[in-house]
Amino acid sequence: MTEEKIPVLETKSLGIQFGGLKAVNDVNIKVYKGELVGLIGPNGAGKTTIFNLITGIYKPTSGSYLLCGKKMNGLKTHQVVKEGIARTFQNIRLFKKMTVLDNVRIAFNKNMKASLLQSVFRTPYFWKEEAETKEKAMELLKLFKLESFADQYAENLPYGKQRLLEIARALATDMKLLLLDEPAAGMNPVETAELKESIKMLRQKFGIPILLIEHDMSLVMSICERIYVLNFGEVLTSGVPSEIAVNPDVIAAYLGEEEEGDDSDA
Amino acid sequence: MYGLNLGSVYALTALGYTMVYGIIRMINFAHGDFIMVGGFTLFYTIPVMNSLGLPPWFAVFAAIIVCVFVGVLTEQIAYKPVRGQSSTTALITALGMSLVLENGALVLFGSSPRNVPPMFSLPTITLFGASVSGQTLLTLGIGIIVMLVLSLFIKYTKLGKAMRAVPEDKTASTLVGINVNKIITITFAIGSGLAAVASMMYTTSYVSIKNELGITLGLKAFVAAVFGGIGSVTGAMAGGLLLGIIENLVKVYMLPGAYEAVTYMILIIVLLVRPTGLFGKAVSEKV
Amino acid sequence: MPGIMKKRYLITFASVVLLFLLLCLLFDAGLLGRRSDYFNGLLTVGMFYIIVVCSLNLLTGYMGEFSLGQAGFMAIGAYSSAIVTTLISDAVSLPAIVLYLIAVIVGALVSAVIGLLVGIPALRLSGDYLCIVTVAVAEIVRVILSNVGIPAITGSATFGKSFAGIAHVSDYHYVYITTVICVAVMYCYIRSRYGRALIAIREDRIAAAASGINVTRTKVLTFTISAAFAGIAGAVYAHYITTLVPTYFNFSKSSEFLAIVILGGSGSMTGSVVAALILSALPQLISYVVPAFVSYRMLIYAVILVVVMIFRPGGLFGRREFSMAGTLEKLTSRRKQQAA
Repeated sequence: MTEEKIPVLETKSLGIQFGGLKAVNDVNIKVYKGELVGLIGPNGAGKTTIFNLITGIYKPTSGSYLLCGKKMNGLKTHQVVKEGIARTFQNIRLFKKMTVLDNVRIAFNKNMKASLLQSVFRTPYFWKEEAETKEKAMELLKLFKLESFADQYAENLPYGKQRLLEIARALATDMKLLLLDEPAAGMNPVETAELKESIKMLRQKFGIPILLIEHDMSLVMSICERIYVLNFGEVLTSGVPSEIAVNPDVIAAYLGEEEEGDDSDA
Repeated sequence: MYGLNLGSVYALTALGYTMVYGIIRMINFAHGDFIMVGGFTLFYTIPVMNSLGLPPWFAVFAAIIVCVFVGVLTEQIAYKPVRGQSSTTALITALGMSLVLENGALVLFGSSPRNVPPMFSLPTITLFGASVSGQTLLTLGIGIIVMLVLSLFIKYTKLGKAMRAVPEDKTASTLVGINVNKIITITFAIGSGLAAVASMMYTTSYVSIKNELGITLGLKAFVAAVFGGIGSVTGAMAGGLLLGIIENLVKVYMLPGAYEAVTYMILIIVLLVRPTGLFGKAVSEKV
Repeated sequence: MPGIMKKRYLITFASVVLLFLLLCLLFDAGLLGRRSDYFNGLLTVGMFYIIVVCSLNLLTGYMGEFSLGQAGFMAIGAYSSAIVTTLISDAVSLPAIVLYLIAVIVGALVSAVIGLLVGIPALRLSGDYLCIVTVAVAEIVRVILSNVGIPAITGSATFGKSFAGIAHVSDYHYVYITTVICVAVMYCYIRSRYGRALIAIREDRIAAAASGINVTRTKVLTFTISAAFAGIAGAVYAHYITTLVPTYFNFSKSSEFLAIVILGGSGSMTGSVVAALILSALPQLISYVVPAFVSYRMLIYAVILVVVMIFRPGGLFGRREFSMAGTLEKLTSRRKQQAA
């Protein structure tokens, strides 16, 4: 990891205040090309808030963040996605009453070019683009072994598969950086193992950098290359997993949360 | 002064909207129609009171009974089964009930307006050099008293506290021993009772009633509730009074024909600039 | 176009044409005798109901937002088109079809522009609040139309409380074709990337934005399109009824349209078409036999509406669509099975 390289994601003393509360304060995170970076911390430490800041759902009250050196402040969520940041949600947000296929197809929308008139009058270009998009979406579904569910409503998928579908949808946006918000939450050990394989596969196949929020410590420790530890909205420390695991500050921050509960954080 | 009179009718109606919205987050479109029901009850019971030798304003008690009955019936038959369904289902059900009452009245009473006989004969009083009808003062007085009693009730009684607790967290309210369904029914009963009082105030100043009364009055009162911040009792009162005054000023000094357009413009502007109204609380979505 | 789709489109197109020929046979060849005029009036009314109800379904069923102001946009379309055609026909004499086309286009455009102007600020709101804004807009339109008269705008027509003398050019042949095109366009809109985006927003606004969808633009676009079609319905109505009164486009009318959408099944275009046709024509037919029925009509709708909400919140048809091609395929496959 050379310092001269431009990071894919860089936050510069990013922060947000809700009323008098500094939910996130002076956070500096860097994610480099091809890296898998973990973001951990006790419940309420502000991990998801950072994701919401990076994806334009909240507006930062201080600091800035850059994607491949480009300043992203002030962009709306859909513009952030267009620039190349995709995410999943802690409390799965699928389009429940849409088919599994359509859930993925949606993410191709931003790159589709058929105009309103072409769509309404069903020109050959419209059909060509629809067919291409469908094919691309099916390919993605196959990667996650979801192709046999393509025509089912997303809400009818088993829990673990819903998480995978959300990742597939995020991938379809053709991004430069993937944010995963507690992908293993609520999963059983088998599903977690499956997820781990999927994440490995993603990195081998696409080489996308990932920023991962996760409470499952064994998962984080086994797949992340670097870890940031967040506490009370600030970065407590960062380093490679072996350092983090023995850092007394980290252990202190987690005291009383030993069981690494799956409770959702704010 | 006339504006205040109209304003207190709006305020009392807006209170009914706000109380129901505050507790179950549903726009009770039928609330305006409860007032229409109250109006017709007055129309039919005042002659009865007269023939019994009772003072005509005793008819208000009949109106309260009928309105509370209709209100609670509406809640039990239509709203209770759809509670827990999506908010859109609730909205449509409320709209449906409004249409049921409005068109039910059309079938029962026809579409021609009726004149409600006077309930009070009060002299005109001269106040600060301006002559004010006793009716106006009485309406205003009753309105203010009802609102004061209601806010004290909500603030200090056990029932009132429960009414404030339910919208905060239904499950938690159940856990601390509040019978949520009972509270909702009581809220409807109080709201409908207020509608009966509002109908008395309305008919003393406007006399003429018809089946479509509920819609226009309901919409205006809803504007008032939003104006003041829906869910807030103080807001409903302030919003209602302000709206009545503004509407009257516009009617008298600016656009006699199109004053209603101004009312609705106010609504749109308030919603766009400050959707929570003057006294409302913001509710944000959790991501 | 994929082969199977081509076949389906052809079958749908063929059934639409067949129905048209059947109607021509009934009305033009006079098979219905002296009642012909009455029935073709019912049909015309049914068809502009179809357009306005489908336009409302775009918002209710697919965008997931309620509008109680669709009658307002219909009024805009009706009045704007009527003013233009009256002015034109005072100056020059044009064939009915041209005048009709002008009316439809003016109605659509003016209503779309107002829809856009209202939609841009209003669609920041959603749910109950948006619903109330649509009521307010429609009421403003109605109040303005009933009060701010523009006297003597035209020589032949009076404008103000009521606007009479509009050219009667909404011939049912034209109206039929207009309705088919309108419904087809709306259906194709829903079944395209635009419609998918719209449904995604209905399902989860935040996830839609996080999948790269411009939520505001999609909503404003849909609101504008919906207004345009309501405007077309208004234009058709104006040039059929020939006298406009502002009170026709009141809150009750908007509620009636919404009730029809819900009863047909919000999110089902065929549901809207069927419900619009039945609920506009059936009461007329019944009151033809039982005159007292007119006053019971809305009461019955309202009761049905509440009952449906309690027992079947998705509406009678739910989100299902009826397809001529699909039904034929099912029938033939069943026959094949029986033969085998």
